[in-house]
Amino acid sequence: MNLTAVRAIYAFEMHRWGRTLLQSIVSPVLSTSLYFIVFGAAIGSRISQIDGVPYGAFIVPGLVMLMLLTESTSNAAFGIYFPRFTGTIYELLSAPISPFEIALGYVGAAATKSVILGLIILATASLFVPLRIAHPVWMIAFLLLTAVTFSLFGFIIGIWADGFEKLQVVPMLILTPLTFLGGTFYSINMLPEPWHTVTLFNPIVYLISGFRWSFYEISDVNVGISLAMTLSFLTLCLVVIWWIFRTGYRIKA
Amino acid sequence: MNAIISIKDVSKTYASGHVALKTVNLDIEEREIFALLGPNGAGKTTLISIICGIVNPTSGNITVDGRDIARDYRTVRAMIGLVPQELSTDMFETVWATVSFSRGLFGKPSNPAYVEKVLRDLSLWDKRDSRIMTLSGGMKRRVLIAKALAHEPRILFLDEPTAGVDVELRKDMWEIVRGLRNSGVTVILTTHYIEEAEEMADRVGVITNGELILVQDKVELMRKLGKKQLVLDLQKPISAIPAALASYALELAPGGGALTFTYDTQADRTGITALLNDMREAGIGFKDLATHQSSLEDIFVDLVRQSQ
Ligand SMILES: Nc1ncnc2c1ncn2[C@@H]1O[C@H](COP(=O)(O)OP(=O)(O)OP(=O)(O)O)[C@@H](O)[C@H]1O
Ligand SMILES: [Mg+2]
Repeated sequence: MNLTAVRAIYAFEMHRWGRTLLQSIVSPVLSTSLYFIVFGAAIGSRISQIDGVPYGAFIVPGLVMLMLLTESTSNAAFGIYFPRFTGTIYELLSAPISPFEIALGYVGAAATKSVILGLIILATASLFVPLRIAHPVWMIAFLLLTAVTFSLFGFIIGIWADGFEKLQVVPMLILTPLTFLGGTFYSINMLPEPWHTVTLFNPIVYLISGFRWSFYEISDVNVGISLAMTLSFLTLCLVVIWWIFRTGYRIKA
Repeated sequence: MNAIISIKDVSKTYASGHVALKTVNLDIEEREIFALLGPNGAGKTTLISIICGIVNPTSGNITVDGRDIARDYRTVRAMIGLVPQELSTDMFETVWATVSFSRGLFGKPSNPAYVEKVLRDLSLWDKRDSRIMTLSGGMKRRVLIAKALAHEPRILFLDEPTAGVDVELRKDMWEIVRGLRNSGVTVILTTHYIEEAEEMADRVGVITNGELILVQDKVELMRKLGKKQLVLDLQKPISAIPAALASYALELAPGGGALTFTYDTQADRTGITALLNDMREAGIGFKDLATHQSSLEDIFVDLVRQSQ
């Protein structure tokens, strides 16, 4: 294991983030705050509690998840796409490091960023709504697990993408809708059939449900299933990355 | 001699179906400067990229210091530095940061004193805190060299180090390369500039259409393939070459004041004596003579033409 190299990639990525720190923090915090103001304070005051939780507080885990998913994915995707785009990837490929170590550096940095962002957003949320975290350890565990999983996912996107548009497409056109439809703003138990059943095919339902459980002990699906789903997706991403590096897909001619 | 890189039957067909390398066999000796010379699209970059692990070969084996480049990639790659043909850099980073990053990436513990030495040697020290995008092209090229040297490699690949570099800087670059060789580094460079190979290389490999058509000691190559020209300044201009001298394929300079005779230094008989005798008999006197050795460029052009 070439830890020095992993550390170098990690530090490089964190440094790149530091250069654009303001915009990388301000924009997610701002957009989340807007959600809180619109849905939490303005509309939420007219909505009764869901499962005994005030509406403003109910949407917090879902919103944090939304940020976590989109930020992890786009950060990691951009992180590995950029060297491909500029050509500096030659150095990564010629370095004495394994593909796993490359992924570790990029995914580690992307996950760190989104966990930090998630915590900042939670702190922001606590300014607007009364927060209660029933299982802090599980909350952190879900936060980390999701950040890592979707950073891996973003890494795959960054390797698959052959243009900047594609980097945007997945977070914008797939993750955001799935997150909105995955129970960010409502409990999926409120949905009539067949939509309730259809929604269960949305993997993000399980993430949000599990994460919300760690706050309020309410969940749409069993928390064990949430955990299992997250871990399966993590494994799937790992397998895809292993395949990418084994075949050299899109990186080695 | 001790081969530090050994390339055996390496070929490369890109996914597009393009055959970039046919079957290449080559040994690079330790501490030599080897120039890979060839026209655009010959396969120089492909060959280098394969050795450095950037492109997968279609077939063949390569060992570096006796180790297989695929199986022992960690050990092998730690020995190698690569300066790519394209000026691909992290535009927003400072020189210092990017060079230090390269060192870390290759698994070496941080060593500011060494990085400083590299930057000073490449006249980049004053620019250490500048962002790379603010540097000129020649400076960027040096940054890439600094990055490649950051992990103290034993072998350095320079893919067209002097492309787009002015004469002054090119001379500097040559100095740098010689300095590296003197410090024990094996250097493999590619170039279109024949004068560069002629100036620097110990051995030259000529590659064209994915085939290494010739590998030879530079001096030997120039001697073996070198044609020499004998230029005779005539006492009195002549209007045409006399029939008696037709067999020598002489060239008459415009104005008729000089004759040029091209001969092969390798031939048993160069024909000079006979020519001079025949000239005396034809009554053509000369007041001065000079010989001129053909350059590597002439040799190269000949070779490429022959292989086509
Ligand atoms: N990724 C690729 N896919 C398909 N063909 C490629 C690829 N890379 C290079 N080639 C082709 O392979 C051939 C050899 O290319 P290569 O870059 O090795 O040449 P070169 O000798 O370095 O040329 P130059 O002097 O222009 O740098 C060229 O015909 C090129 O078009
Ligand atoms: Mg090239």
